[in-house]
Amino acid sequence: MLRAVTMSTRGERPDPEALLAEANAEDARSRRGRLKIFFGAAPGVGKTYAMLEAARKESCTSADVLVGYIEPHARPETQALVLGLDVLARKRVEYKGKSLTEFDLEAALARRPGLIIVDELAHTNAPGATHEKRWQDVDQLLREGIDVYTTLNVQHLESVNDIVARITGVIVRETVPDAIFDAAAEVELVDLPPDELLERLREGKVYVPDQASLALEHFFQKGNLLALRELALRKMADRVNREVESFRRRHAVSATWPTSDRVLVCVSPSPLSSRLVRAAFRMAASLRASWIAAHVERPSGPPPPDADQRRLLENLRLAEKLGAKTVTLSGTDLVEEVLQYARRNNVTKIIVGKPLQPRWREFFSGSFVYRLTRECGDIDVYVISGEAEEPQHPAPPRMRLPGRPSRYAWAAAIVLTCSLLGLLVERHLEAVNIAMFYLLGVLVVSLRQGLGPSILASILSVGVFDVVFVPPRGTFAVADTQYLITFGVMLVTGVTISTLTARVKSQTEQARQREQRAAALYSLSRRLASLQSTEEILVALAQEASAAFDVDVAVWVRQEGGALALRGDLPSSFAPSDRDGGIARWVADHGERAGLGTATLMEAQSSFLPMSASGKVLAVIGVRPRQARRLFDPEEMHRLETFATQAAAAMERTSLAADASRVKLEVDAERMRNSLLSAVSHDLRTPLSAIAGAGSTLLERGEKLDDATRRELLETIFDQAESMNHLIGNLLDATRLEAGTVAIQWEWQSLEELIGALSNRLQKSLEKHVFRVDVPSEFPLVRGDGLLIQQVLQNLIENAARYSPAGTTIEVSVSLADGEALVQIADRGPGIVAGEEEKIFEKFQRGSSTRGPAGTGLGLFIARGIVELHGGRIWAQNRPDGGAAFSFTLPMREEPPHIAAEETE
Amino acid sequence: MSSKDPAADARADGSAAVKPLVLVIEDDPAICRFLRVSLASSGYQVFECEKGAEGVIHAATRQPDLVILDLGLPDIDGLEVLRKIREWSKTPVIVLSARGKEADKVAALDSGADDYLTKPFGVGELIARMRVALRHASGAAEKGEPIFEVRHLRVDLARRVVEVRNAPVHLSPIEYRLLTLLIQNAGKVLTHRQILKEVWGPGASQETHYLRVYMGHLRHKIEEDPARPQILLTEPGVGYRLASD
Repeated sequence: MLRAVTMSTRGERPDPEALLAEANAEDARSRRGRLKIFFGAAPGVGKTYAMLEAARKESCTSADVLVGYIEPHARPETQALVLGLDVLARKRVEYKGKSLTEFDLEAALARRPGLIIVDELAHTNAPGATHEKRWQDVDQLLREGIDVYTTLNVQHLESVNDIVARITGVIVRETVPDAIFDAAAEVELVDLPPDELLERLREGKVYVPDQASLALEHFFQKGNLLALRELALRKMADRVNREVESFRRRHAVSATWPTSDRVLVCVSPSPLSSRLVRAAFRMAASLRASWIAAHVERPSGPPPPDADQRRLLENLRLAEKLGAKTVTLSGTDLVEEVLQYARRNNVTKIIVGKPLQPRWREFFSGSFVYRLTRECGDIDVYVISGEAEEPQHPAPPRMRLPGRPSRYAWAAAIVLTCSLLGLLVERHLEAVNIAMFYLLGVLVVSLRQGLGPSILASILSVGVFDVVFVPPRGTFAVADTQYLITFGVMLVTGVTISTLTARVKSQTEQARQREQRAAALYSLSRRLASLQSTEEILVALAQEASAAFDVDVAVWVRQEGGALALRGDLPSSFAPSDRDGGIARWVADHGERAGLGTATLMEAQSSFLPMSASGKVLAVIGVRPRQARRLFDPEEMHRLETFATQAAAAMERTSLAADASRVKLEVDAERMRNSLLSAVSHDLRTPLSAIAGAGSTLLERGEKLDDATRRELLETIFDQAESMNHLIGNLLDATRLEAGTVAIQWEWQSLEELIGALSNRLQKSLEKHVFRVDVPSEFPLVRGDGLLIQQVLQNLIENAARYSPAGTTIEVSVSLADGEALVQIADRGPGIVAGEEEKIFEKFQRGSSTRGPAGTGLGLFIARGIVELHGGRIWAQNRPDGGAAFSFTLPMREEPPHIAAEETE
Repeated sequence: MSSKDPAADARADGSAAVKPLVLVIEDDPAICRFLRVSLASSGYQVFECEKGAEGVIHAATRQPDLVILDLGLPDIDGLEVLRKIREWSKTPVIVLSARGKEADKVAALDSGADDYLTKPFGVGELIARMRVALRHASGAAEKGEPIFEVRHLRVDLARRVVEVRNAPVHLSPIEYRLLTLLIQNAGKVLTHRQILKEVWGPGASQETHYLRVYMGHLRHKIEEDPARPQILLTEPGVGYRLASD
């Protein structure tokens, strides 16, 4: 256990309280049933289907699975999955003259299955049920120790309820507390891109209840779906991060202890912002609180100058270095964005800079600080001097008329079309109604061509309408002044339509981008969470980064001695120059980024970022934009750094896991040594006492004994000596196998010959059994060590003889299977106790069904060791008609050598 | 083993009424005692010594009929003792060694040892090996009858006819060479290298797969159950032996 001590001094000592909490939580989880949530962004993504599929799989592997409740309107494919599963009858409930069917909790509890499927966690039960909500039913099932599979859409989560209402306009009343979601043992995201979901909706594959169809139609809009998907992905990413966090805490990696306070600082590109960041750090440190540095960017307006971008990034990086989590928020209303984020993340204190701008501007733009302090509610706001007021680049949104001339030509053409249509129907309609055509035209232009062309169309429409339809025709003059009102309304309506449509479009676009970013980050964090080796992590990082940022990458990993080694074998990597290698070393030494778009060595073609965890640079990633010398915007740079940090955390996790498993190995070895000692002392002493006893009897009173007794004693001595010899041989073999000192003498072997040699040697062990051998004639030679393979055969055959009754048959058969030689030793003994198929191959394990003379518990262990040395597999299973069958394979990768035929004499 | 008095056979083979002298070079007193008691009771004279260097001298001065040599001696390597004895003597040597030391056994056999035994061994096994070694040393086996018979196999070496249960069997030239080599050394172990050298020539001493394939063919032709051979026996990791009884 010496190593365990060095281990814990290497990292920080784990917080005992945190460990205790973790242990308690684990304990509680093990007594409770396990909850698995199939989580989706919207109805129709296929949660129920995924859940039933998982349940079917589970039901194959023994668990007692019961379908508690599935929405009765499920699609036929989904219904088909229920077939063959045990289904609980629904409870009928009469309510206001209607007959409803509900989940029958009492029946489920009475039935006590191992796993129960209950659809729609957010469902509200009919009045009169035990609980008001279905999640309460589920909670009770879990308390009773029953595992539950259920489904949930993100909009039903309590914490995002308000966001969903704002996004979709649909107020969801059926909510589930986040605690249930957070406490779930497993959450599986069922994800479907919005386009595919809409496609499924059109194909009628998504159930929409009649009474709610109107509301739901509004709900199923692409913008909404994108936003919901983003929410779902974020929730999942949070969860994955929490899992990593929890792992880190178990292994004492994290330096932050959660407290109730959380500080948020607003950061801008201003050089003075760094003071703010430091002030926030000090406050957070004194409160022992976690803190967040936020930057709000406006979605519209010209991009800020490069210098600003750079400074902003420096500020955010500084914050990160000081231990902050950094976020970039996006929205037009800064105050609202900041406060919304703060509330969502339980921020208790906000730090902003004191305004520097002249007072007169506040008349027009409204003071950020003033509004923040008015609207902050119970969050404290600290105003610190030395910071420009606006926590982002100050350019106000300005309407621009970008676009190619052809789009304007389109606008003109559509106005022309409207005019022609108007001329066609002029005789039947009044001029005022013809104006409606133009409004329609403006709408079409604004949808198709954007803001500029649609405003042009509005203005053109008014002009053309005036000239063509308003008397006197052919001139701009207007006979009836009433038309001036028509013109006015037309123009205002047209421009309004244009602006509104443009805004909706830009919001959708923003939502899409945010969703993409969240998806990229989620995709990375999810992949990282499951990876076990640095190798895999770097491949994932390279793939995800090159896809998300359109870059090629190069990664240098710090070796044991501190030197950097380039990993040239990653996907989409570029070949770095010597200079790049130098920059990477600089980055590794200083822990700061360098190269393109930074303040250091900026003439390089690529940006280089440190990948650090717990203050140590584990690796350096270089990213080269595929578009030459494209600069990363701060948001992008920031996300890149997040990628790098996440990958570094994952690398650290794997190395911790490796350490942990090494310690476990050592503990196992220790335990093994102990059990070895006890086994050896017991197994050696038993035959020794028999020998000593029999020997002393013969010595002291040999002459008084009759011949038969003497012979019996002599036989005892002989047999016990043999069994000791056997045990010692096994011990030596096991030790040599474990120590890795067994060198295989690779030679071509004939399995028939090896078995044949054994059948003579084992005559004594096999005398009570019928021994049958089946080797196909002309079976090819197999490459391996003859003595070792024979040892495997001997151990397996002796094992079969030991565990099967006298008179039964032991069969050895050899066959070819998938390019491997398959050898099977089958007996008619009591078979292997279910669940011990693996265990019996471990050291000092004897089958529970032992009745006859016990073996040393090493034979199968040795057999497995030898087979694995040969690159083969070994396993045990019960025969369908009774008895056990042990099988092993020997790979036949090489063609046996050709032997020239010769003439028979 | 079946024979009740193996020493009688040995005497019949050459040294008439005189008890054959066996030199035991072995350092473990318990094994020495066991050998002394069991060999004496089977009609052999036994001389023991503990050290390899002494053993070489005794082998020269006492002119034993057979040497039993432990490969793990305290002073010099048993293989070295064997080589020294073989420099001037053809006295049969049976080596003793532990399990798992197959390479040592093969080296000893290739250096001229007549047979080997793996510790622990039974006295019956030892005496059977000694009988075979003594018989071969006396030249009785080599000069023996032109007809060789064991179990259901009958080989007429003069007429080159092989019969299994009285029915002629056709062997290829190599198979026949292989079989006659084993017959000449009946009861004695032959290493892979020795067989390959004799049957295929000195260039083939590493090609053990030839041996496996031809031995397989031969077994299919002359054994009743090739998967449980009674005549062509395999000595795992060492070589082959033709059963002599």
